[in-house]
Amino acid sequence: MKIKFNINSKIEELEIRPDATLLNVLRDNGFTEVKCGCSEGECGACIVLIDDKTVNSCQVLAMSAASKKIKTVKGIGTLHNPHLLQKIFASTGADQCGFCSPGMVLSAYSLLKENPNPTEKEIAEALDGNLCRCTGYVKIIEAVRRTAQIMNENLISRE
Amino acid sequence: MFKYVKKAVEKIDGLALVTGNEKYTDDFSFDKMLYVSVLHSGYAHAQIEELDDSAARKIPGVVEILSYNNVNTILYTTAGQGFPEPSPYDTILFGKTMRFVGDNVCAVAAETKEIADIALKKIKIKYKRLKPLLNFEQSDNSKIIIHKNDGAFPKIPVYYDASKNIAAMVEAEAGDFEKAFGESKNKIEKNFYVSYASHCALEPHAAVSYIDNRGRLVIISTTQVPFHVRRIVSHVAEIPISKIRVIKPRIGGGFGGKQEVLLEPIAALVTWRTKRPAKLVYSRKEVFNSTRTRHQYKTVFKVGFQDNGIITALHLDALENSGAYGSHALTVLSNAGSKTLPLLNKIENLKFTGKGVYTNLPCGGAYRGYGATEAYFGYGQIIDMVCEATNNNIVEYYKKWSIKSGETSPIFKALGEGKEGVAMTITSSSLEECLETGSKEFHWNEKKKLYDSNFNKGKRIKRGVGMAALMQGSAIPEIDMASAYIKMNDDGSFNLNIGATDLGTGSDTILAQIAAEVLDVPVEKFIVTSSDTDFTPFDTGAYASSTTYLTGQAVKKCAENIKEQILKVGAEILGVIQNEVEIENEQVITKPGFADFRKISFAEICNYSFYQNNQFQIQATASHVSPKSPPPFAAHFVEIEVDTFTGIIKVINYVAAVDCGTPINPILAEGQAEGAIVNGISYALVENYYFSEYGKLLNDTFGKYGVYTASDIPPIKVILIDSYEETGPFGAKSISEININGPLPAIANAFFNATGKRLFKSPFTPEDVLKVLKG
Repeated sequence: MKIKFNINSKIEELEIRPDATLLNVLRDNGFTEVKCGCSEGECGACIVLIDDKTVNSCQVLAMSAASKKIKTVKGIGTLHNPHLLQKIFASTGADQCGFCSPGMVLSAYSLLKENPNPTEKEIAEALDGNLCRCTGYVKIIEAVRRTAQIMNENLISRE
Repeated sequence: MFKYVKKAVEKIDGLALVTGNEKYTDDFSFDKMLYVSVLHSGYAHAQIEELDDSAARKIPGVVEILSYNNVNTILYTTAGQGFPEPSPYDTILFGKTMRFVGDNVCAVAAETKEIADIALKKIKIKYKRLKPLLNFEQSDNSKIIIHKNDGAFPKIPVYYDASKNIAAMVEAEAGDFEKAFGESKNKIEKNFYVSYASHCALEPHAAVSYIDNRGRLVIISTTQVPFHVRRIVSHVAEIPISKIRVIKPRIGGGFGGKQEVLLEPIAALVTWRTKRPAKLVYSRKEVFNSTRTRHQYKTVFKVGFQDNGIITALHLDALENSGAYGSHALTVLSNAGSKTLPLLNKIENLKFTGKGVYTNLPCGGAYRGYGATEAYFGYGQIIDMVCEATNNNIVEYYKKWSIKSGETSPIFKALGEGKEGVAMTITSSSLEECLETGSKEFHWNEKKKLYDSNFNKGKRIKRGVGMAALMQGSAIPEIDMASAYIKMNDDGSFNLNIGATDLGTGSDTILAQIAAEVLDVPVEKFIVTSSDTDFTPFDTGAYASSTTYLTGQAVKKCAENIKEQILKVGAEILGVIQNEVEIENEQVITKPGFADFRKISFAEICNYSFYQNNQFQIQATASHVSPKSPPPFAAHFVEIEVDTFTGIIKVINYVAAVDCGTPINPILAEGQAEGAIVNGISYALVENYYFSEYGKLLNDTFGKYGVYTASDIPPIKVILIDSYEETGPFGAKSISEININGPLPAIANAFFNATGKRLFKSPFTPEDVLKVLKG
C-alpha cells in the first residue's frame, strides 16, 4: 500500500507493507542514515524524531507514523549545512565509527530543546538509550555540554 | 616542533559520519539483489545425517540454497591473519558436524529476506545429537573429541593435537623457574578466571556482493582485513584472487570481531553462482551466537619472592577455551605471556605455559587486548599481593622493577606469533612518568593511606583504590606489512591510498596527518582512499595495534620519496641545485642564506611536471615491515565503592596515564583510551556469556548482556605522556588495545583495598561479590 509520510519536512509517498517497521521503511527508501544495530529497541542506532520525540524506529510500525513529523539526523543538519551539535560532535572526537552518531545526535538534539542547560548527569541520562562501544561516552557527553554552552552564550537557536 | 602531527585534527570523515552521510556495508543495495539468511545449529554438538532442502527450494522466490550438498568441503581458518595463518585449518563453511550452538548449517538466498527466513524453516534436517563438551577445564581429558577425523591441521609447523582437543600449545622459559620457585622462602599460587565477552560493535557483521561489468566479484564487507578476506574467499569459494575485489566502506566498530572471515564466503558463493547481487546481514543474536568472542581463560600464577618483595620466580600457566574452532587460539595464547611477562623484566626465572582447548561452545577470536587482557587480571593482582605481603608501595615497585628504555626481556625472543619472537630492546618508555603523574593526579598515596587505615571499619559502603601497570605491543614484528601510495595533483593536492582499515579509530586522518607533516601541506589537501583491494596497496589490516605505527611508517617513507621528487622538480624550475631548496607551506623555496630568494608553489610544480618539461607523474609507493613491536605503556588507577549489603561494586574515579609515544592525534588517542577503559570496566563488572546446560547462550541481546551506557560511566581522566619511539612515525607507538587491560586488575586490587578479600573470577557480579565477602 502507498502511504504519505512527512520525512525531514518533505512529503514522501512510500510503498509499504502494513507490518513493516518504520526503520525498514526508512532504510528501504534511501534514508540509510538511520542505522540498525539490534532491531530490538536496545541500542538507539535507529532513533528518529517523531513529532520531536526520540523513538527507536525499529519498535514502531511505519503506519503509526504516517500522519506525524519524522526527522532523521539529516533533518537537523547535513554535510553542507550541519547543525552546531554535529559540528561539535565532529570537532570533539565524539564520533569514532559513527554508527551510533545519528541516533546519539538526535537524542542530544531532543535534550537541548527541552533543557538548554543540562548538567552532565542529565546529559548522560538523556543518552541512556544510545549505546556506543567506541568512545566510552566521555567525548560525547563533552560535545553535548560544549554545544549547550555555545548555544547559550551566543543565543543560537536550538532548531 | 610539529605542524600537523600531535594536533587534534578533526577526523576527515567526521562531519559525514555525524550527518549520516557516510555509507556502511548494509547501506549498499543493488537491483535484483538477493537476500541471504543462514541457518545455524541449535545443538552444541550434533551430526547432520540428512539435509533435505527440496521443500524449501519449491518456495517461490527461493533462488539458491548452499549446504554440504553442493559446497565443496574445504578446510580453512576464519581468522583473518597473515598467510600462512598461525590458526589451525579446522573449519568448513558448511560441514556435517555441528560443533556449537550457532555453527553454520546452510544458507538460503531469496528474493526477499522474509522468503529466505521462511525457507530456512522448511529445510528438513535429521540430526544425530552428540554429547557436548562444555567444560573447558575437562577438555583435554574428555572422551568427547571435537575435531574427530575431519582432517583439521595446523597450517604452520606448531604443536597441534585434535585427538586431545588441543588447538594450541605454547611454552617458553627464561632461567630455571622450578629451581628458583623451590628455593623461594615466600610463595603465592593462585588461579584466576575470566569470562567470555562479545565485542558488541554497534554495526552487526554484513557482506554485500555483486558481479561487476567485466564479470568480477565485488564484496563490500564489514571487515578489518580486506586483503585477508580476498585471499580466504578465494580459497573457500574457489574463485581466483584476480577475480575478487574487496571493499571496506565505513565500518561500525570492530575491536577484533571483524578480523574474522565469516559472512563473505557465503555472499560470494551466492553471487558467483547466481550472478546476482547478494546481501547478508547478521542479526544481533547471530552476532552474539555465531561470530567470535573473547576467549574464556583460566590462568594459574605461581610466584616466589624475597622478604623485600623481589620476585625471583614467576610462572604463568594459561588455559584457553578456544571454543569449537581454533581461530586465533595460538596467537591469543602467546600474547597472554608475551604482553605481560616482559613488564617486570628483572624477574630472573620466568616461565610461560599455555594450552588452548576445543569445546562445544562459541569460538574465541581476536578481541582488543588479545590475551593480554585475560592474563593481566591475574598478573596485576599477583604483583599487588606481593607488594601487600612485603609492605611495598606498588607504584614505587613498578617504577623500580618495570622494563625501561635500553632494557630487554628474554620473553620477546622466546614468544612470538606461533613461532619464536623477535629480540627487542626498549627504545621508548615514559612508564615511570606515567606512574608518577598518574598517581599524583589520582592522589594515590593519600587515598591509599586513608583506605589502608580503619576508614572502612564498620561501614556498609567500603572504599578502596587499586592500580595496575600495563604494556602491549605495536604491530607484529617481521611478519605484518603495510604499504602506501601517494600521487600529486595539479592543484597541489595529493591522493593518499592505503590498504589500511579505518574502523572508526580515525586512521585515515592520522595517516594523512603523517603525510602532511612530511610534505608541509594541510591535512585537507589529502584525498584519502583506503581499504579497497583493487585501488589501494596491500596492508595486513587493522589488528595487533598496528595501523598508526606500521602503516604510518609506510606513509612517512612514501611521503619522503614524494618530497624528494617535488624538491627535484622545484629546483629545476627555480634553476638551482636540489640541495639549495627546501619545502615550506606548499612551496619549494631557496634555503636561508641563498643570495636571491626564489619560490615556487606545489601547484605550479605539479603543472610543470604534467605539461611542461621532463614530464612525469609525481608519485611513490612505500612498504614497511617493523623490526620490532615497541610496547606502549600505561598506569591505571581506580577508586571504587563496595556495597557490602548488595555486593554492588561502583567505580567512582578512574585515571589512566598512557605512553603511546607521540600521539599523532591526541583527541583520537584519548578516545581510544576512554573507549577501551569503559569496555574494560564493563567486562570486569558485568559482561559474560551465560550458557544453558546444553551450551546455548542465554543472554544474547544487548539488554541481557549489559553493554554500558552513558549513565554507567565514572569520571575518567586520560593523561597522555609522550615518549619518542624512533622506529615509529614521528615517534608514535600504539594505543588502541593496551587500555582495556587495566580495569580487571585495578578494580580487583581496589576491592582488596576496600574489603581485604580477593576476587579471582570475573565478572565481579553482585552475587559473586557477596559470596566472596561471606567466604
